[in-house]
Amino acid sequence: MIKTGSQILWECLEQQGVTTVFGYPGGAILPAYDALKYSNIHHVLVRHEQGATHMADGYARASGRVGVAIATSGPGATNMVTGIATAMLDSSPIVCITGQVGSKLIGSDAFQETDITGVTLPITKHNYLVTHADQVARTISEAFYVASSGRPGPVLVDITKDAQQSTCEFDGKPVTPQLPGYRPDLSPTPDEYKQALDLIHSAKRPVILAGHGIILSGAMQEVRTFAERNNIPVGLTLLGLGGFPASHPLSLGMMGMHGEAWLNTTIQEADLLIALGMRFDDRVTGNLKTYAPNAKKIHIEIDRAEINKNVKVDVALVGDLRAVLRELLPKVKSQDRHEWLAYIDRMKGDVAVRDIQNLPDNGHLYAAHVINDIWRETLGSDTIIATDVGQHQMWEAQYFKHEEPRTLITSGGLGTMGFALPAAIGVKAARPEAEVWAIVGDGGFQMTMAELATMVQEKLKVNIAIINNGYLGMVRQWQEFFYDRNYEATPLLSPNFVKQADAYGIRSVAVTQRSEVVPTVQATRKHSGPVLIDFQVEQEDSVYPMVAAGASLHEMIRRPNPLEETAADA
Amino acid sequence: MLNTFVVYVENKPGVLTRVASLFRRRAFNIDSLTVGRTEKPEVSRMTIVVDADRDQAMRVEANLYKLVNVLFVENITGKAAISRDLAMIKVAATHDARSHVLELANVFRARVVDLAPESLTIEITGGEDKIDGLLEVLRPYGVLEMVRTGIVAMRRGGKSEAAIASVPAGSGAEPATPDDNVSYSV
Repeated sequence: MIKTGSQILWECLEQQGVTTVFGYPGGAILPAYDALKYSNIHHVLVRHEQGATHMADGYARASGRVGVAIATSGPGATNMVTGIATAMLDSSPIVCITGQVGSKLIGSDAFQETDITGVTLPITKHNYLVTHADQVARTISEAFYVASSGRPGPVLVDITKDAQQSTCEFDGKPVTPQLPGYRPDLSPTPDEYKQALDLIHSAKRPVILAGHGIILSGAMQEVRTFAERNNIPVGLTLLGLGGFPASHPLSLGMMGMHGEAWLNTTIQEADLLIALGMRFDDRVTGNLKTYAPNAKKIHIEIDRAEINKNVKVDVALVGDLRAVLRELLPKVKSQDRHEWLAYIDRMKGDVAVRDIQNLPDNGHLYAAHVINDIWRETLGSDTIIATDVGQHQMWEAQYFKHEEPRTLITSGGLGTMGFALPAAIGVKAARPEAEVWAIVGDGGFQMTMAELATMVQEKLKVNIAIINNGYLGMVRQWQEFFYDRNYEATPLLSPNFVKQADAYGIRSVAVTQRSEVVPTVQATRKHSGPVLIDFQVEQEDSVYPMVAAGASLHEMIRRPNPLEETAADA
Repeated sequence: MLNTFVVYVENKPGVLTRVASLFRRRAFNIDSLTVGRTEKPEVSRMTIVVDADRDQAMRVEANLYKLVNVLFVENITGKAAISRDLAMIKVAATHDARSHVLELANVFRARVVDLAPESLTIEITGGEDKIDGLLEVLRPYGVLEMVRTGIVAMRRGGKSEAAIASVPAGSGAEPATPDDNVSYSV
């Protein structure tokens, strides 16, 4: 049957199982939008193309399916760049479709022409320029395959206007990708397995460091079995949270710059690191020269280019984490590590004294209280949190205890402010039955708050908790610690968020007292529509502990011990 | 140290940009890069010389494989291989000097490909050292212009990696190196 490139595009997206796309129309993508009438795919109209990419990203992270964003050429495409880079750094499978000027006009600086395949080359896993209808089917099939296989990532497909309009024969059959050079499925050698097992069995003080790879490969059960059988404690990266239950006795929480003090110390004192689907980011390692100085290192990772990139390892098992662990598990012996685990437990006791949760109530509202209360109230229900970037993000990681994978959606690698609201909208579109919260700072929220209208237009119930401290809080914290409290450009004026929400027809309330938090959260959950809560919290609170950039992992700035402080005051 | 990579890529628009962009993006230092056709029209072959230590060289290889259009990568540094550079050197050679320059070209088995009243152009192929050597001895006469292609390289022996280059996606395994093939410099 003869069809246009646009018709083929939507049919191929349907073949890939796509039900929802996030986009914004414009001249060069209009033929594709016109053909949407032949398709059952639901189009979510965003307010800015960056929002479309974050929504597709949130959709992908919450569901494990590929998220799709669509935009026009030129500014539409360049507005996607931040969202694409966000997905790239966090290995999130999204496909971005952009219109392009007619193929005859390419290179002529035509109206709304941008070389978007050139622009996105270093921030996509792969990208395509499609100039004729007969390339559409193969390209879409390859784009989805590349985005979702191996180490996932964003793929951009730029389709010229004439490719959308021209016609070709299309039989509707799925097209097999032809990618002779693409090898997403490497696996380790038997010898490498043996070396890894020897290190595991001879270790006295091992620790598992698990990242996003657990969730991406679906290896939650395998990691748990591995840890339990060999009694190895498990630390997680920010993106690994939820990959191993926070309530598990072997769970040590989050590692790194704002990680748990006991875990950072554990890493520094360990004699074996078992890194699972993580990439030794600088926010996780601190100073590489002093990182885990006594530890042998095993790295199980799907991306060979990550091996020995930041941390030199003793054994590397390159392959899909779940498949590698399944191969490894039958040979892992049961070991008792009573002394090592008891030692770590003792460190936890010392830390609890400094925890803000255990401080006497001074009448102030702290972000940690808010987040901890949201966690308590939603405990046991199907709840997904999307966070923005900054202090509230770290407090969420510390005080919201994630038990299940894909329940924390956050921009880790790129640290993209403005991520939370659009990502939460994407999450809700993917998982309508789940309770979805966007936890945002007053700074990040203002970067993409235009998407409130998208949320309302789509009738999606996303609960928005603004952790409003009147500052760009994390930057202020750095200024406090490292720039002599010179609060340059960090005090932040915000609109009246309650009135703003009202203008969108969103129920909203401001909270200033600790006693109001729980009742407000309860009322928010009961309300059928979206709710925005403006939590006006302590303005100059800091996230502890903190490993300064470039410092060693065990050199942490700690929250002052309240007992010592009281003694000093007296 | 200098590492020489032989890289087979799909002959598609933009592939050279992808490879070049990778080196720029990861701050790998390219010494030379050549690209040209192979015996298969759908496959191009690059010879890339990179200044890298051992770990960096491993990461160059791994990162090249991450490019979807890259078919096959081999680091031939330290392996038996032939590597050739081609240079054209325009030397100032007036009447008096001409016979000296011709003599030097002969010693280096280089060819004169253009002759003008005030200059002559010499073409030379060979390893980089040989070309550097010729350049050095010509310099006193006045090198007016020079162009070099950059290194192209090929493993010695009977088996060609070109056959391996079209391995289907997913085979994953490293191809065995043809150690059993013996050959001699001629």
